[in-house]
Amino acid sequence: MSAAITIAGVHKRFGNLRALDGVEFNVERGEFFGLLGPNGAGKSTLINVIAGLTRASEGAVAVLGHDVVSDYRSSRMKLGVVPQELVFDPFFTVREVLRIQAGYFGLGAECYPWLEELMSELQLANKADANMRTLSGGMKRRVLIAQALVHKPEVVVLDEPTAGVDVELRQSLWVFIRKLHEQGHTIVLTTHYLEEAESLCDRIAILNHGKVIALDTKQGMLARGIGRRMRVCITTAEPISALPPRLTEKLRRQQANVIELELDRDSDSVIDLLDEVRSTGVAVTDLHTEEADLEDVFVELVRQGRK
Amino acid sequence: MNSRGFYTLFYKEVLRFGKVWLQTLGAPIITSLLYLLVFSHVLEGRMEVFEGVSYSAFLIPGLMMMSLIQNAFANSSSSIIQSKVTGNIVFLLLAPLSYLEMYLAFMLAAVVRGMVVGLGVLVVGIFFVDLPVHSVVALVSFGLLSGAVLATFGVIAGIWAEKFDQLAGAQNFIIMPLSFLSGVFYSIHSLPPFWQKLSHFNPFFYMIDGFRYGFFGVSDVDPRFSLAVLVASLGILAILTLAMLSRGYRLRD
Repeated sequence: MSAAITIAGVHKRFGNLRALDGVEFNVERGEFFGLLGPNGAGKSTLINVIAGLTRASEGAVAVLGHDVVSDYRSSRMKLGVVPQELVFDPFFTVREVLRIQAGYFGLGAECYPWLEELMSELQLANKADANMRTLSGGMKRRVLIAQALVHKPEVVVLDEPTAGVDVELRQSLWVFIRKLHEQGHTIVLTTHYLEEAESLCDRIAILNHGKVIALDTKQGMLARGIGRRMRVCITTAEPISALPPRLTEKLRRQQANVIELELDRDSDSVIDLLDEVRSTGVAVTDLHTEEADLEDVFVELVRQGRK
Repeated sequence: MNSRGFYTLFYKEVLRFGKVWLQTLGAPIITSLLYLLVFSHVLEGRMEVFEGVSYSAFLIPGLMMMSLIQNAFANSSSSIIQSKVTGNIVFLLLAPLSYLEMYLAFMLAAVVRGMVVGLGVLVVGIFFVDLPVHSVVALVSFGLLSGAVLATFGVIAGIWAEKFDQLAGAQNFIIMPLSFLSGVFYSIHSLPPFWQKLSHFNPFFYMIDGFRYGFFGVSDVDPRFSLAVLVASLGILAILTLAMLSRGYRLRD
């Protein structure tokens, strides 16, 4: 049985820029797959190639075995894409937009009950006859999701669906996306929030400069320690002359009365470390923590020389 | 063939201009009426282009065709550029529609707008002047073909343009001059020989001349030749449009 998405040696060049540089992996049916990377890593370009919005310079992509170029009708029927940008057609109402989108996929009045269900599910029912221009950003985001689902695609790609949305909407989108996955849809989620990928995805690919620098299950990623580090900056009333050995091994930087430590989120306790600092006899005047971000992950990956 | 997909895009395009009918239908009809009133007032009785045909009667088919072609161009070109600039063209590009289905839907919807505006000018015009009809077939053929040529050119311009001012450039520097200099307000026989010859290189001239033949049975050139010019123009532009769409030119970079 063919994979949900097959990406085979995909390169995409824009002039001298290599947006994608030999990307190759499969997304299996029924998977919740995370595609991570910083801005400019090539995530959206890869999504665009999968969706047929951009043509690969080299290589091939297939959705459920249907080539996205030569067999585009079948591949697009199987694929629903939620674009990253909040784009909308200002001429139409929510209901019109959904009916038009369904019509493009060859669906008529027989799918109207499903469209009503979608609107209800995404809390759009009371905005069904509102013009798209009048909707809030969050509502527009929901319409984008509904548009991607009008034809009940087996594979759903969400390109940073939670970028720039408030916490409440993010939580409700997570619930909705989880539900889609439970219903059997293959989900591909691009994000630059590690927390989001960790919470939702079974398998994660990390893209940087157009290359896949890590591809593993969530458990596999965490086993490498990726994304489990956090930094703690402690400011003391006066410089610590002799650091206890346990702090020395965690020390990343020391400058005057500020020490920066790198901890493991799972095994280290900030409270214990504070006690260690206090045991040197100096008072702690300030403390702040920083979660590991993707930059840390990349640095770590490069340092480890792993893939 | 995704016939429902094609019909949906066609319907959406018609719905789009229908929702802003005052701007897309009302305004061009009023503009043509103003041309008719002003030029008729100034020139009525001072010139007779075709024997036994008043200047006002001569003018109406030209104004109809000018409105028809300008609006056919405006519809397809503005719809595509708006979708590109606002980004909502992505919904169309994600759909399982072929290049031919996309082209035909945009083109036919634009022809509908052009025909509605042309008919509107006729309805308003016959309040002022009696118009004979020599050949309904010629009127419909020239109306549809001319609309299709300009609608197709509009699709090309919409795909090519990346900014609204580029499209305005095409409208103001190509469409407007060619339509004004095609014999809307005069017969090319009234021009000096050099300008007469030059007018034969203007495809818009054949649209208006053939359309006028449908009303009066009189034309500057053989209407069959005009028809052939339009068919050839449509064929060339349609091939170019399909080539651009199939390459994804400025749509699927």
